[in-house]
Amino acid sequence: MSDQDVDKCKRGFLVAATGVVGGVVAGAAAVPFVGSMLPSERAKAAGAPVEADISKLAPGEMKIIEWRGKPVWIVNRTKEMLAGITKNNSKVSDPKSDVPLQPDYAKNEFRSIKPEIAVLEGVCSHLGCSPQFKSADAKSDMGMDWDGGFFCPCHGSKFDFAGRVFAGSPAPVNLKVPPYKFVGDGKIIIGDDSKGA
Amino acid sequence: MNMAAKNKQPVVITCAGPLNGVASGLLTWVDQRFPLMSNWRDHLAEYYAPKNFNFWYFFGSLAMFVLVLQIVTGIFLTMHYKPDASQAFASVEYIMRDVWGGWFIRYMHSTGASAFFICVYLHMLRGLMYGSYRKPRELIWIFGMLIYLCLMAEAFFGYLLPWGQMSYWGAQVIVNLFASVPFIGEDLSILIRGDYVVSDATLNRFFAFHVIAVPLVLIGLVAAHILALHEVGSNNPDGVEIKDKKDAAGHPLDGIPFHPYYTVKDTLGVVVFLIIFSIIMFFVPEGGGYFLEYNNFIPADPLKTPPHIAPVWYFTPFYSILRAAPPMFNSQFPGVVAMGAATLIFFLLPWLDRSPVNSIRYKGPLFRGALTIFVVVFLILGYLGTEPTNVWGQFGGWLGNADRATVVARVCAIVYFLFFLLMPWYSSIDKCKPVPERVTC
Repeated sequence: MSDQDVDKCKRGFLVAATGVVGGVVAGAAAVPFVGSMLPSERAKAAGAPVEADISKLAPGEMKIIEWRGKPVWIVNRTKEMLAGITKNNSKVSDPKSDVPLQPDYAKNEFRSIKPEIAVLEGVCSHLGCSPQFKSADAKSDMGMDWDGGFFCPCHGSKFDFAGRVFAGSPAPVNLKVPPYKFVGDGKIIIGDDSKGA
Repeated sequence: MNMAAKNKQPVVITCAGPLNGVASGLLTWVDQRFPLMSNWRDHLAEYYAPKNFNFWYFFGSLAMFVLVLQIVTGIFLTMHYKPDASQAFASVEYIMRDVWGGWFIRYMHSTGASAFFICVYLHMLRGLMYGSYRKPRELIWIFGMLIYLCLMAEAFFGYLLPWGQMSYWGAQVIVNLFASVPFIGEDLSILIRGDYVVSDATLNRFFAFHVIAVPLVLIGLVAAHILALHEVGSNNPDGVEIKDKKDAAGHPLDGIPFHPYYTVKDTLGVVVFLIIFSIIMFFVPEGGGYFLEYNNFIPADPLKTPPHIAPVWYFTPFYSILRAAPPMFNSQFPGVVAMGAATLIFFLLPWLDRSPVNSIRYKGPLFRGALTIFVVVFLILGYLGTEPTNVWGQFGGWLGNADRATVVARVCAIVYFLFFLLMPWYSSIDKCKPVPERVTC
């Protein structure tokens, strides 16, 4: 068959049509591959609430428990620590917790249900490292105006004892407060705040 | 002999023997079915490379050598390694202690990763100095940059596999970089991890990327890099085109066949490299905490970030830029953009350089100065990235008690970008020297 007999127009149309249909099929076939990379049903089911005993948590102490693979801090805050939080109102970037990173019942001065008990996700809002507890005694590392809080070792973000980020830190927003509730004798449930039971 | 002398052909002395006949017969048989000899000629025996290659030209072939080293050691490591969050750390220690020769293979692989980046950074600096990215070699440069990006991905995925503290928290930080992308970030990071936190699912898929997906792309890109190079020919320290001056036979006057001249030279390079490499591998395999970080000898603990985390040295210049950028609009995305831009801006180099000459030998003081400052700034950023932000203490109240290191990193980051962004200006007004007709020796 010589080249003169070729209907170039028809050939072009067929090539384009094959390309489009093939592209759609390839795109559709990619769906299960991308989907397989999403969290599996097992990973989704692993988010159950956890219970922690805080009856032995002395004032000024912190306890770390694991919830959904993340560290959750429970701090029994002393009067001095609470006073430090109030003092920091002018130095933190979101003093009133306007960015919704906490349940409504924790949108208050100390970002908690009971003022003394802080419950915070120990995951820096910058890039996910876990900040360290730095008491007010750590003035030599943290500067003379340090009233205690948390310091992220990765990129130097600073938070107060209510998990509020200090202005000028790399972290853009406050630490998250997970849903939680108190039950019975000094027990706390993280990940569940339903009223029943 | 007489015929050869009349045609002024070089005299080739061959060792005649019965095997020679068999070998050449076999070669002919293969050649009729596969372009063996033509490829040999095109890429080695008759690939004419400039005769004035210097020390800096070792690093391309060395990088290729290290790639082979990484692939071979990697294959043997996968025979014992378990990509499972509950077994990974122990399986690496098992390789180190119980597998015969395991420590040797593992240290070769981990030292090889740093060696790879040393070779690639020096190879890139060579390109910057002699203008190897300039027309007509733009595609070589772009393939090279893609190789560099693949290498970064490869290093990042590989670093999670030992499942140590640094593996875990490094992956946590880098995946969260993607989470800061507006709108789609959160879903994107979940798609990368396959879970809501870095977990077994993440480890398993990073293993798949590290041992098969990225290496396949990498090898393809290396082939493209070399094919593009052999299409246009190699640049050289003088930056003059050797193809412009050819002899009667059509070979460049200043060119010599790659084989045997540069195969022998590069073999010498490999020998020297292996001496230095062995010293590191046998005596300081952790590289003072820079090649293998001490915290990575502690199993991953999702509840506790090590007191100081830093990426491995080859990422630290970019990490410094990330850390230096202040958050804006309640988001750390600007830092991520700055870091991404710092890497990707290299791609534009062929079009940013408006100088009339290729090589730094004939470029003027502006370009020389700019490149020197850039190298210094790159090294400072690299150093700062390995240290905590308070390494140099704080400025006084007059600068808002800012960390000195953060301020220096910000200045360096700005200079880093100015090197590229001002290049069209300073490279075009620079006082260049006349370029010789042919290469100097």
